[in-house]
Amino acid sequence: MTDDELIWRISGGSGDGIASTSQNFAKALMRSGLNVFTHRHYPSRIRGGHTYTEVRASADPVESRGDGYNFLLALGDSFARNPQEEAVYGNEEIKPLSENLDELREGGVIVYDEGLLDASDIPDFDERVEENDWHVYPLDLRGLARDMGREVMRNTAGVGATCALTGMELDHVEDLMRDAMPEKILEPNIEILETAYDQVSEEHDVDASDVSVPAGEHGETQLLMSGSDAIAYGAIDEGCRFIAGYPMTPWTEVFTIMTQNLPKLGGISEQVEDEIAAAALAVGASHAGVKAMSGSSGGGFALMSEPLGLAEMTETPVVLVEAMRAGPSTGMPTKPEQSDLEHVLYTSQGDSQRVVLAPGTVEEAYEQSRLAFRLAYEYQIPSILLYDQKLGGEMTNVPKSHFDREPNPALGKTLSEDALVDEPHSGDGKFHRFQHDVDDGVSPRSIPGQKGGRFLATGNEHDPTGHISESPDNRVAQIDRRTQKLEAIRDDLDTVDTGSYAGPGDAEYGILTFGSQQGTVEEAVGRLNDAGVSVKSYGVSDMAPFPTEQVEAFVESVDEVLVVEMTASGQFRGLVQKNLGRYGEKLSSLLKYNGNPFEPAEVVDGFEAAIVEGDGDASGHQTTFVPAAGD
Amino acid sequence: MSTFSAIGDEREIDRDEYTPSVEPQPTWCPGCGDFSVLKALKQALPEVGRTPEETLLCTGIGCSGKLNSYLDTYGFHTIHGRSLPVARAAKLANPDLEVIAAGGDGDGYGIGGNHFVHTARENHDMTYIVFNNEIFGLTKGQTSPTSPKGHKSKTQPSGSAKEPIKPLSMSLNAGASYVARTAAVNPNQAKEIITEAIEHDGFAHVDFLTQCPTWNKDARQYVPYIDVNESDDYEFDKTDRVEAAEMMRETEESLYEGEVLTGRFYVDEDRPSYGEEKQAIGEMPDEPLAERYWDDDYEWERSHDMFLDKHA
Repeated sequence: MTDDELIWRISGGSGDGIASTSQNFAKALMRSGLNVFTHRHYPSRIRGGHTYTEVRASADPVESRGDGYNFLLALGDSFARNPQEEAVYGNEEIKPLSENLDELREGGVIVYDEGLLDASDIPDFDERVEENDWHVYPLDLRGLARDMGREVMRNTAGVGATCALTGMELDHVEDLMRDAMPEKILEPNIEILETAYDQVSEEHDVDASDVSVPAGEHGETQLLMSGSDAIAYGAIDEGCRFIAGYPMTPWTEVFTIMTQNLPKLGGISEQVEDEIAAAALAVGASHAGVKAMSGSSGGGFALMSEPLGLAEMTETPVVLVEAMRAGPSTGMPTKPEQSDLEHVLYTSQGDSQRVVLAPGTVEEAYEQSRLAFRLAYEYQIPSILLYDQKLGGEMTNVPKSHFDREPNPALGKTLSEDALVDEPHSGDGKFHRFQHDVDDGVSPRSIPGQKGGRFLATGNEHDPTGHISESPDNRVAQIDRRTQKLEAIRDDLDTVDTGSYAGPGDAEYGILTFGSQQGTVEEAVGRLNDAGVSVKSYGVSDMAPFPTEQVEAFVESVDEVLVVEMTASGQFRGLVQKNLGRYGEKLSSLLKYNGNPFEPAEVVDGFEAAIVEGDGDASGHQTTFVPAAGD
Repeated sequence: MSTFSAIGDEREIDRDEYTPSVEPQPTWCPGCGDFSVLKALKQALPEVGRTPEETLLCTGIGCSGKLNSYLDTYGFHTIHGRSLPVARAAKLANPDLEVIAAGGDGDGYGIGGNHFVHTARENHDMTYIVFNNEIFGLTKGQTSPTSPKGHKSKTQPSGSAKEPIKPLSMSLNAGASYVARTAAVNPNQAKEIITEAIEHDGFAHVDFLTQCPTWNKDARQYVPYIDVNESDDYEFDKTDRVEAAEMMRETEESLYEGEVLTGRFYVDEDRPSYGEEKQAIGEMPDEPLAERYWDDDYEWERSHDMFLDKHA
């Protein structure tokens, strides 16, 4: 735990502007020179229901949510259902306060809107306040906002109070409001911000607060960005100008960002009837010579299974993104999980050939979105970018210079009409699009409309011209060639090295993880080493083709390995063992599948209990330990 | 040499150009109606001046899907029911291509029914030919969405309890701007209708009655047929939705009473195609997107220059 950090949690009901208020506040903190990281928790409901966003800010780099938090701004839930004891939603009116107390650190600050929340409805509230040394500031934010003309401005009043209590200057907040708000509502919002700030400063001894905004400085321009933003920008910079999709949480974010930006780039976005069509459209657009993508979340991705196989068999480049959420079936739509790993690796019939990348951070989301396109087009294969509700929705600051790269619209091995002349053709002029013996297994392609490029793409097994063929010799030659591409991609990926490593190289223990848990694991590794535990971590991104050599070297170099993932069945550990073929006695699992991502302390405690002490009992956390084989 | 020089190539086209050397003779059963679709296409394409390399034929799965093996153009033999989403995306990516989709009645009205409804609704500028033989052929004779009520098969041993799909009415209601029915036994009309459908600027749906001599022996061979546009017994305005709907209803009912009515049922020349609609709202470029990837002078936009400042 960093001592000098603010973890600000704003809570309320869905539809109360929690997300936008927190985003602006995070940006203000970033502009003040701090590193920030956000964490969202929300129900699958449009109006009302407990929701919060956390903003963690520190002068040190932050790559994860923190352990608990230290400042609560509890706004009322405007859409709360009337309190009814038996009803499943309980007393929603007090939830913005009551639901958030368990994770508030000792000495933390509570600001709540007494205009909407009655703390006396919360059992043992005063006792808990005393016990934990919380500093409580009941403020009538709603009343203040109502007096100033608009009740929705209570969020702004809450931010003003936060600034007063944490010693944060209003400049950055006001600048942001000027950027974001239309004239009509700007002035009253500035006024309420300053009024709340002054009122709290005057009426309370703000120096008594244990929590303050740290001071920091950035050497260069920072951007506040989510994984979804980064994926979309990566696609754009790689020349993607076609997307087709169907809305589904949480994939909708990437779809929306692309859809809003593509017309400005002369691109095309299509919202279609279902995900089968969405993926098939991406295949059709790519076949006709455009860099194309589609995507979905678990259930929608299931529908893409068939067009995915078609893209594999016809060697049509395409990128699909899969934003995981808790399953099975509809599962928990707004909660993160990593349990679609096996789904995307193995869905679709036959021996599958595809690339699956799971980025671990916002920067990696950008890089691997680009990488997914490059591999798809260079090797004529579907690439899947696998991420989750956590990485897609959490925001962090990234230096703007990270994105100062050249665009890459290249289509890969695609022939011009001039080049087609020299390629093999059948007597009737049909181009041999699927030649047997070619470098890396990649047979150059033509695009419909080109002279001399005529061929048939088919989901059936086919001969070099694309004509349907069930000849045994041709079958073996074609499937071997398509498989050969995976080996070439693995060699290519070895030169890129998408892995993320933390901790000393000669550490005694190891932690393996994949995708969005990487930042949290790396923070835990830092803390464990500070506490004298010799441990290192490897965040793996290449799910297919798998970096067997690298993972094996990592496992070989340590005594024991804990595999950390957000699944209930240890899917990633299974993938590691499948590829390594041994080390089952060395690998144990730390799993979390309650709908919330790991906190660093859970990884620290889980590791100490499981590996150092060896009893696997990390009591107090909702994590599950699965021992190594034979233990 | 331009990027796609096959497009707009003004030359005489010999219908033999569409016959592939590897499988010049289709493997459909003797007497199959599918031969007539192939023949109509080979006649229509040279007539409208579309060469094999500016034409993209997308098919589904089934006997009809084999069309791609027998008509030598750029082809995409897709998966069961999915020819339309593949085809319409190709048209959006390169509107200069002549895009034709084809499939059977199970493919188009059953498993791909959702795509059929939505592609018609959007009025993509393309032709969709449905080989309607009222049966699943390649899987050996199961009841299909257009099989008559009471149709017996191995999968409906007591006779189907379902009313058949009404494909023409469905197409009209969904939004197709050209709806016709022709029959394999009427090659002249078939050629004319396929030609019109290709030339039509919008979604042209042709329900093509293709008798199945192997699995649907009991069914009519679609003779005698009546052309409703020429027969004095039928009078309706094919540009009027209400009259077209009534004529379609009568046609669909009479098929199961032994009367084969064919012809153009609905033609709307005024409705803009989907591409035009998208261009009008600024969501589709004027130049074919596929061309851009070959334009060495095009300055590819970067997110860094266009979208990042709002994140600062």
